[in-house]
Amino acid sequence: MNAAKRYFTSIFKAIVALLKGMKLTGSYLVRPSKILTQQYPENRDTLYIPQRFKGRVVMPHDENNEHNCTACTLCQLACPNGSIQIISKNIDMPDGTKKKVLDRWVYNLGSCTLCQLCIDACPSDAIVMDNGFEFSVYDKSKLIYELNRPGSRLKEKKTEKQA
Amino acid sequence: MEQHIESHIIQSSDDEFIINVGPQHPSTHGVLHLQLKLDGEKIVDLRPFLGYIHRGIEKMSESLTYKQFIYLTSRMDYLSAHINNQACCLVIEKGLQTEVPERAKVIRTLMAELTRLASHQLWWGSTGLDMGAVSPFFYAFREREMILEIFEETCGSRLTMNYCVPGGVMNDIHPDFVRKVKQLIKQFRENIHEYDELLTGNPIFQSRTQGIGYLSKEDAIALSCSGPVARASGISCDVRKKNPYDAYDRVSFDEIIATEGDCFARYRVRLEEMKQSMNIIEQLIDNIPTGEYRTKIKGIIKLPVGEYYQRVETARGELGVYLVSDGSNKPYRIKFRTPNFSNLGALKPMSLGGKIGDLVAIMASLDLIIPDIDR
Repeated sequence: MNAAKRYFTSIFKAIVALLKGMKLTGSYLVRPSKILTQQYPENRDTLYIPQRFKGRVVMPHDENNEHNCTACTLCQLACPNGSIQIISKNIDMPDGTKKKVLDRWVYNLGSCTLCQLCIDACPSDAIVMDNGFEFSVYDKSKLIYELNRPGSRLKEKKTEKQA
Repeated sequence: MEQHIESHIIQSSDDEFIINVGPQHPSTHGVLHLQLKLDGEKIVDLRPFLGYIHRGIEKMSESLTYKQFIYLTSRMDYLSAHINNQACCLVIEKGLQTEVPERAKVIRTLMAELTRLASHQLWWGSTGLDMGAVSPFFYAFREREMILEIFEETCGSRLTMNYCVPGGVMNDIHPDFVRKVKQLIKQFRENIHEYDELLTGNPIFQSRTQGIGYLSKEDAIALSCSGPVARASGISCDVRKKNPYDAYDRVSFDEIIATEGDCFARYRVRLEEMKQSMNIIEQLIDNIPTGEYRTKIKGIIKLPVGEYYQRVETARGELGVYLVSDGSNKPYRIKFRTPNFSNLGALKPMSLGGKIGDLVAIMASLDLIIPDIDR
């Protein structure tokens, strides 16, 4: 008799507890303003992405198609997984000397872990992190980017110009 | 060789039954492979098989420089990614004997506690999920999402932040950081009663966890368990109290200790730890010191020849980083003493003699992260 009583009491208690939980879940059903779910592809225009969000590495160019990269390869050395390859070339200067300039800044997004060490290592702030995140492609060779635009060149420092 | 392998595989007799749980099983949270010997529903023997997600992080670290290898440790216990990075930064700073700015210390501690909160919330949700309660998962993710947004704003990523660097932190905190953290604490304090309503007070949940998976104090010490698993068996082992690092020496908080040693005790310890984490955050958030957030370490880091060890308290227990330097720019040897590996050892004494259905509850209460076991 006692065992049967305990058995039914436990069932009753469990049902009460379940109803308590259901009450809490139900209370959110009538308070839709408290629901946080975002309908992602539809709300793409209103999506808030923080300014520091690490999407991928980009190289900012100014209106004269000039960048800050001096091809010092510090970012390439800082990269822990070899996602960066800097190919430089020597050009002849007007005064007869040769100067090493950036030819191609090859970036493999496929193996990049977005650790920010390259940006941390860059002494001339030539690279920054982009906020983009929709980078899926069907072929992994398309994940290899060349960050410097065609025909771009190193920004001359103002002090040098005046001198 | 053949004999050696044979001895690791459980042999069965006629009335016993061998079952493999994992490596792909929804309740193992990763690629953990367990071989069970069953007598009816009773677990007679249990053997975990590891190595399915071994990436050789310790060996890889030997070919990376001191600044580079830190990001790898985010991939061990990915839910305590920041705390892992912090441990590596602390061990490098110990070798260099660099003083970290006060501001960086406080920011690191705040981030570590937020990481612990986020980790425990995910654990709470997945514990419910393992035992058949689906809704707790969504409630846990609500607050966790707020923490991840704070991470995203300040560090740039949500999970593997790589925010700690030797000498401080990567960026200064975001201008909105203090406001958002206060808002998070306020909301979490308002909502924490829902955690009790949904799971803690539920008799079904209680009967599935109370008295299940008992781990005695002696066993916990013998198996070198740490973190909430050991504290639920009555061992005082919080590294934040015993060996304070960064800003833990200036905050006051309680070390939660339970003596029951069962699944429900471990559950309660973690819930209380969340409240203590909030206490720590509240003490620090209003007085973040001004000043530099980073001491710039110029050029290539080279540690003096020697051995260095630093331990920290992650969300799952004690993480130790043992580093041997030969004076070059790369570590000669790194060994991580990860909390999950030791805690996994407690799975056998906990579940022997129990039912196979309880195994899921026991594993949920251990809060295993498999990449941390294998590294």
